[in-house]
Amino acid sequence: MEHRDDIGAKLGMWVFIFTEILLFGGLFLVYAIMRSSYSTEFHQAAHHLNAFIGTINTVVLLISSATVAMSITAVQKGNNKLAVILLVITLLCAAAFMINKYFEWGHKIHIGLYPGSDLMLTLSHGQVMFFSLYYFMTGLHMFHLVVGGIILTIVLIKVQNGTINEGRYVLLENGGLYWHLVDLIWIFLFPLLYLIT
Amino acid sequence: MTEEKTHHPEPSYLVDTGKYKGLMAWLTSTDHKRIGLMYMYAMMVFFAVGVILGMIMRIELFYPGQQVYGPQAYNGIFTIHGIIMIFTVVIPGLAAVFGNFSMPIMIGAKDVAFPRLNLFSFYLYILGAAIALASQFMGNGPPDTGWTFYAPYSIQTHTNVVAAVFGAFVLGFSSILTGLNFIVTMHRLRAPGMTFFKMPLFPWSLYATAWIQVLATPIVGITLLMIIAERWLRIGFFDPSLGGDPVLYQHLFWIYSHPAVYIMILPAMGVITEIIPTFAQKKIFGYKAIAISSLAIALVGYFVWAHHMYTSGMSTTARWVFSLLTFLVAVPSAIKVFNWVTTMYKGSISVKPPFLFAIGFIFLFMIGGMTGLSLGALATNIHVHDTAYVVAHFHYIVFGGVGFAFFAAIYYWYPKMYGRMYSFKMANWSFVFLFTGFNLLYFPQFIIGIMGMPRRYFDYLPQFTFGHQLSFFGGLLLVIGFIIMLITLFSKKGAKAPDNPWGGRTFEWTIPSPPPLENFDVMPEMGVNEQPYDYK
Repeated sequence: MEHRDDIGAKLGMWVFIFTEILLFGGLFLVYAIMRSSYSTEFHQAAHHLNAFIGTINTVVLLISSATVAMSITAVQKGNNKLAVILLVITLLCAAAFMINKYFEWGHKIHIGLYPGSDLMLTLSHGQVMFFSLYYFMTGLHMFHLVVGGIILTIVLIKVQNGTINEGRYVLLENGGLYWHLVDLIWIFLFPLLYLIT
Repeated sequence: MTEEKTHHPEPSYLVDTGKYKGLMAWLTSTDHKRIGLMYMYAMMVFFAVGVILGMIMRIELFYPGQQVYGPQAYNGIFTIHGIIMIFTVVIPGLAAVFGNFSMPIMIGAKDVAFPRLNLFSFYLYILGAAIALASQFMGNGPPDTGWTFYAPYSIQTHTNVVAAVFGAFVLGFSSILTGLNFIVTMHRLRAPGMTFFKMPLFPWSLYATAWIQVLATPIVGITLLMIIAERWLRIGFFDPSLGGDPVLYQHLFWIYSHPAVYIMILPAMGVITEIIPTFAQKKIFGYKAIAISSLAIALVGYFVWAHHMYTSGMSTTARWVFSLLTFLVAVPSAIKVFNWVTTMYKGSISVKPPFLFAIGFIFLFMIGGMTGLSLGALATNIHVHDTAYVVAHFHYIVFGGVGFAFFAAIYYWYPKMYGRMYSFKMANWSFVFLFTGFNLLYFPQFIIGIMGMPRRYFDYLPQFTFGHQLSFFGGLLLVIGFIIMLITLFSKKGAKAPDNPWGGRTFEWTIPSPPPLENFDVMPEMGVNEQPYDYK
């Protein structure tokens, strides 16, 4: 009697991913317009970002995407134990990313570089726009990372207790798809914010 | 066991069979038919609130100068009237009510693809509407920006904009999830043999609508978040004093809010496309043209947004490009109108209430559409921009169009929903009052708009008095029409409805009225030679 449609579930996830891309699309549009109006100021402001930390975070996220993909293969081959380990690595990567971001944001807020601060009012318009976009875009991305982390934690529990197994793993696949989205958005944020100096 | 079932037909979806009874059985139901009805009841409440607010505005405008309340209250009232009517009534409108109730049955499915997500969308809808309404009573008074929340005023005003904006954001999320659900449903759950080009045209219009919901709503979502961040964190994207650009807000807002007009009108067109062949007992003319024109409207409608902004200081190139695209989007809409009229040609027409409202729809939609073209033309737009002419135009579309299609749909599917008929005589009277009242309310607005009456103004020059007073009496007739309609539908139980009261050919008319919980005893199929509108 149970109705089950894995292709339908994945189709639903893909459609949802389209909406997420368009959500960020609005921000990328604002970025494009602001950068074309204030291109030199954007270059100057980007010097304040630490490309090294950004690179580490990029590598960390790429590794986490790889481990999610591997965990799907592991479940398909019936090796739930390995899948659990791979998912734990993914979540550790997510945590590492968050810690990095905490120090990155913390430092900037400490020296007074945040929207609405007194220091911000002394900067040029273009630089203000850059930092507003920086906080808004990375902030929204972090929110998605946290949501993705929660989804993967639920998936992890289900892989652990065998609800997700080699015959039924669409939830893991969808969780993985969402995680790749989080990764993909960062892949665009990284050069647009850190590498335009 | 199976033999016994054939002797005792399955109980209807209106009978509680789960572990809860009464109200709880409804609130926890994932049945698409019950969710559709719950949307309808909620929408009727919000619509009543919107109508009352509208009448309060008309009372104030009865004479020039201040009558009952002051300008700030007027600003608050037209804002919340817009927010309620747009975000909680016409945008979810037909898709949420009849998309949920009828669409799965029409494609031969037991339910939508994700029934629990469907119920979740409903609760998001209620939550969003509650937040938007709460904005009236919390903080520093009701928002006074208009439903468009234009920056930079929406950033500067001290009224409670954040709550209203957040309510709209939640409502948008609900709309996205409904669209997603419908797309997957129509891809995965069509009856065997029903290819996409054998799907009835109401589902087709919902399919096009769902893609707009999914692809346009996120833009307004992020834009509304930007408004909140502007107010709380001073990010300055739309604040010129920090280097931002207020016109950018208008672009982002209309990138969603113009396609939203098609989210409203496409399902309305779909309903009309069901009703006309049924009451003309004739095969729909130009099936494929109607199906594809829905997609064409969805596609082209995505690229016309800046025709709301001709006076904002855009470049001339941008203006003529958007004007051209606006004229293009009228083509697929006109294709539909021609097809409806041609379907009626030589049909055996029976003028029952749903058909009457469908004809009313075509008449009002044509006036709304034609005046839309004069607004889309650059030169005339400058003259009538932000006047009562615009108010009249979009009310002809969203109320004359979507509203009348909604009434037509209620009269059309009511026997299926409740298994009861209603009094045709009373229904016809409701049409007379609604149609006369509607035209008396909004047509004078075209005229005083051309004469120069601005929209959203609390006060006006004496020469507009007569027009405003006509509108007031039109509003009264409309309210009487609603009351007659409510009495017709809900005051007493009508005669028992047959399975197929109108002689329709789509799947919903092959099952009992009201349908059983799982819709079909035997899952339907479509033969190779069968078509969705096989009338003799």
